Amino acid sequence: MVSFTAGDAVARRPAKPGRLSRFFFAGNGAGYMFLAPWLIGFLGLTLGPALASLYLSFTDYDLLQSPRFVGMDNYVRMATGDAKFAAAMKVTFIYVILSVPLKLIFALALAMAFNRGIKGLPFYRAVFYLPSLLGGSVAIAVLWRQLFAADGLVNSVLSVFGIDGPSWISNPNYSLYTLVVLSVWQFGSPMIIFLAGLRQIPQDMYEAANMDGASKARQFFRITLPLLTPVIFFNFVIQTIDAFKAFTPSFIISAGTGGPINSTLFYTLYLYQEAFGFFRMGYASALAWVLVLIIAVFTAFSFLTARYWVHYDE
Amino acid sequence: MATSIKLNKVVKRYGAVEVIHGIDLAIDPGEFVVFVGPSGCGKSTLLRMIAGLEKITGGDLLIDGERMNDVPASQRGIAMVFQSYALYPHMSVYKNLAFGLETAGYKKAEIDERVQRVARILKIESLLQRRPRALSGGQRQRVAIGRAIVREPKIFLFDEPLSNLDAELRVQMRVEIAKLHQDLGNTMIYVTHDQVEAMTMADKIVVLRDGIVMQAGAPLELYNRPANQFVAGFIGSPKMNFLAARASAGANTIEVAGRNVSLDAALAVRQDEPLTFGVRPEHIAVGGEAGEMLGEVKVQLVEHLGGGTVLYATTAGGENLTISAAGQLRVRHGENVPLRIDPAICHVFDSQGMALRS
Repeated sequence: MVSFTAGDAVARRPAKPGRLSRFFFAGNGAGYMFLAPWLIGFLGLTLGPALASLYLSFTDYDLLQSPRFVGMDNYVRMATGDAKFAAAMKVTFIYVILSVPLKLIFALALAMAFNRGIKGLPFYRAVFYLPSLLGGSVAIAVLWRQLFAADGLVNSVLSVFGIDGPSWISNPNYSLYTLVVLSVWQFGSPMIIFLAGLRQIPQDMYEAANMDGASKARQFFRITLPLLTPVIFFNFVIQTIDAFKAFTPSFIISAGTGGPINSTLFYTLYLYQEAFGFFRMGYASALAWVLVLIIAVFTAFSFLTARYWVHYDE
Repeated sequence: MATSIKLNKVVKRYGAVEVIHGIDLAIDPGEFVVFVGPSGCGKSTLLRMIAGLEKITGGDLLIDGERMNDVPASQRGIAMVFQSYALYPHMSVYKNLAFGLETAGYKKAEIDERVQRVARILKIESLLQRRPRALSGGQRQRVAIGRAIVREPKIFLFDEPLSNLDAELRVQMRVEIAKLHQDLGNTMIYVTHDQVEAMTMADKIVVLRDGIVMQAGAPLELYNRPANQFVAGFIGSPKMNFLAARASAGANTIEVAGRNVSLDAALAVRQDEPLTFGVRPEHIAVGGEAGEMLGEVKVQLVEHLGGGTVLYATTAGGENLTISAAGQLRVRHGENVPLRIDPAICHVFDSQGMALRS
């Protein structure tokens, strides 16, 4: 008769893998294989360079010589001795403050018009979405420059009505606002999201309000807007982040200068000039991290205040 | 004072498709009327036309004798309780109740007084500061009813208000709505596809099918004297049994399931005319001596409900029959049982499905 002791059983059991290796490898091999391209890309092309730029932001680095550690010097210069930085901040904040609300209002107005169930809606939706696909491109920025130049199409049209239009892009009083208009013109993406949000509001809410005698304006302010706040919040955060990061329109229309008189000097354009114009990679990295910080603070602030004005149904 | 409603040849068309076909209906002041019918019969459309949420394509809607076709919903003196409740999710219960009054421009003190009064009636005082998402289905239903009551309308409309509740709560709310009608005395129109709700709550039931009123009348009138085979089958649970029949020799005898059944009086039918014989499951006796013999049936399934027994059986001719008997019958599956009926409470329908009265 063959018998086993407890000791035999323990000796024959394979060694238990560690907790960490069990988490990563217990039957998940195929999953990690599929994840690998993204994971490699994220580590090599996003996280790695981001961490490298964080380090470079504390250095003086011109691409030719090795980075020289300068501590907080880059950040101190930004805060105290860089007038162009202050100008870029001012331009960017004006651009964000004007373009985001205007774009959202325009997008919401059109979404509400489309939500009334007009004929050929898919066609119009595609047509109105088109600028969002093209708007950020170099070609559209070039076209915009032609439209708003002193002898451009806009002024030609204005001259028909006897108005002598200024040079919209070379006059510092108007140039930034021309870029704001270009941004608002790209309302397609938030419009589509607003339209989806409007479709989610149950029709019987409006019917109940109708029976209560609520006017269309009251229905809009007391029902549509509050119920749309989750979508407004989403669009607001995404569009604001996009506006802070805007680069192409300013780069093309001002031919990379941010002029006239720094009036279109977006923050990202200034960053680009410092990095690839003057090869001050350390300072440009510091600028990039300050922008990250601004966006992070704005986003955190938005989320913190959301509980007071965003209404989630469930 | 309660309000009367009159529909004269009311029609609804969507493009070329007519869904309501010239309905005539009179609703007396203070009446509780239930629109009942299967899905797609037009009952909700008709209700929404009365509410002013759907345009009336043809005919007249009169409220207290005044033509209302073109009067906006808010000026018809009507409040409606929606199937989904339609509570505003971003407002507290208090704000939901107050919304209509604020819109109408009432003063704050008056609004507060009315909201508190309605909350007391519906026993929702403790819920006033909650949002709808923090309420159970039954509580939401009360708030929806409260929102209707608080405006003190002349007419209440209910669009399948209990269909989202569980069975127990549905019975409870049914009783509460009926009590509310007794207390307020307003004219109420209630839409449901549940004939039990219709039978238990209504002063008058309007049975609809494909946009046509099949019959309108008191619940027991519809139960006892259905005008046609559709109403006979729709009102009553379990539904009425229908057996193929034929006018037999002698106008007061018909042949049903291979047997001659004598009726109380003669029917105006031709010899051998195909007919349908209708008998309610609760009007069939298993065994006994009273009434006329309907023949033997084979029991296929027995449901013991405690207080009653439901048998599903087939006749010798292969027709299905449901029998609902009081008490606990000792009958087994596969057994043959004799059935007896009282012809005085049975029904006969012609080949068009119209009831033949003897």
